[in-house]
Amino acid sequence: MNEAYELDVNGVRYPINAAMDRNLSSVLRTEVGLTGTKEGCDDCECGACMVLIDGQPVNSCSYLAAQAQGREVTTVEGILDGDNLHPLQRNLLEEGGVQCGFCTPGMIMSAQALLTRNPSPTEEEIRIGLSGNLCRCTGYQRILAAVERTAAES
Amino acid sequence: MTLTIATSLDEVLTALAEGARPIAGGTDLVVGARQGKSPLPDSLVAIDRVAALSQIESADGHIRIGAGVPHRRLMSDTLIVERYTGLADAAALIGSPSTRNVGTIGGNVMNGSPAMDTGAPLLTLGAMVELRSVGNTRQVALSDLWTGPGRTSANPDELCVYIVIPQPPALSGSAYVRLEYRRAMEIAVVGAGASVVVAEDGTIVSGRVAMTSVAPTIVELAGASDAMAGLSLVEAAAVIGAMASDQAVPISDLRGSDRYRRHTIGVMAARALDAAARRAGGEQIGVPVNRSLGIGAAR
Ligand SMILES: Cc1cc2nc3c(=O)[nH]c(=O)nc-3n(C[C@H](O)[C@H](O)[C@H](O)COP(=O)(O)OP(=O)(O)OC[C@H]3O[C@@H](n4cnc5c(N)ncnc54)[C@H](O)[C@@H]3O)c2cc1C
Ligand code: FES
Ligand code: FES
Repeated sequence: MNEAYELDVNGVRYPINAAMDRNLSSVLRTEVGLTGTKEGCDDCECGACMVLIDGQPVNSCSYLAAQAQGREVTTVEGILDGDNLHPLQRNLLEEGGVQCGFCTPGMIMSAQALLTRNPSPTEEEIRIGLSGNLCRCTGYQRILAAVERTAAES
Repeated sequence: MTLTIATSLDEVLTALAEGARPIAGGTDLVVGARQGKSPLPDSLVAIDRVAALSQIESADGHIRIGAGVPHRRLMSDTLIVERYTGLADAAALIGSPSTRNVGTIGGNVMNGSPAMDTGAPLLTLGAMVELRSVGNTRQVALSDLWTGPGRTSANPDELCVYIVIPQPPALSGSAYVRLEYRRAMEIAVVGAGASVVVAEDGTIVSGRVAMTSVAPTIVELAGASDAMAGLSLVEAAAVIGAMASDQAVPISDLRGSDRYRRHTIGVMAARALDAAARRAGGEQIGVPVNRSLGIGAAR
């Protein structure tokens, strides 16, 4: 049975009408209509679905959408600066940290959470910060370089 | 399914009395449902906004950790890192930053997994859980709480409100280490926690050791304190390692055979004791011990 509630996503309040057992990633993609958040494994292993809730990283595939009521959800769409790419996005492209791109939105959200709480992380801290995100393409080094460069630029 | 988002303890207890199950971070409950282990219950009450459950307070002779405190806070809270260090070691190993952000100590303890990482350090630190239902509060020792894999002696209408840990004595230290194949998103192949009191000259005075993933629940090493009292650290580590391998009753599964676990639990117990005793003697070993001393998955 569907229930009506509201979700705050990227600063916009969306009315939702969905069953209470729906996960946040599916509600974001199909009810809110923001498809930047990816669904990979769907059981909390890969990090493709990473979003921020109140600024902290959360695997949205394994989080009940209704439990995010009253909290601020940020998806990859929410970090754009108008029409400009976010520095993390630009640096991932320039460093070659994006190949198929499926892991990229989740990587960005984890990196963003890390850089917000720790603006100049060591390489080890970046590895730990991204440790919930799998990438099957790049071999990670270029992703690390992009995060390091973003930290150095700011 | 229904979901109530509670903001007070009373609201949670009433919902539990009416048959709801608590959900904190959902990193066991929701993930288990998605993996098809067990479907979501018909009625859930979210406890993550109850302020009383998110506090860490120290009072006369003990610390009270709210069941809703996430691992992210346990691993960095100054008091926990300084005095209850083994618990911080365990919290820092759990999952990934998002697991540690969402997952809670109460969820870890009440989920009752024999592989839970906070269990062994909590057991060696003498922790109790405070369980509350409408009109009733009781404290239960962890050894009486865990009754089997995924099972506890708590009634369905009881909420774990606090984890209560006595203040450790002077010249004591604790540590938790685990054998892991990778450095994140891992479950303990085996793990060991230790807390010890040392004399000024470094001789072991007393101590406790507990083991992860070698029995149907987290278990304490029987006779550990008497066996190590009066020994040097090197002697004690050898004795405790042998006792741990002897007392373990591991299973074989995907992550390790029973023989492998029986051997490695001895190694982990000795290393946990070593780190705990060195901390007791004042040596600074960063949290988590696994990373500081290069235990577990190598880079
Ligand atoms: C990717 C991933 C990696 C993980 N890695 C680890 C790891 O390395 N080590 C480890 O130990 N665990 C790990 N876990 C398991 C899990 O994250 C932890 O056990 C976590 O602490 C559970 O907390 P939670 O708040 O999410 O619990 P929930 O899923 O909300 O609840 C778990 C169970 O406890 C009950 N419960 C919750 N709170 C209370 C309460 N206050 N009183 C009574 N009952 C309660 C719930 O009803 C449910 O049955 C991992 C999980 C995932 C998804
Ligand atoms: S889709 Fe959520 S972790 Fe893989
Ligand atoms: S770029 Fe393809 S998974 Fe990371």
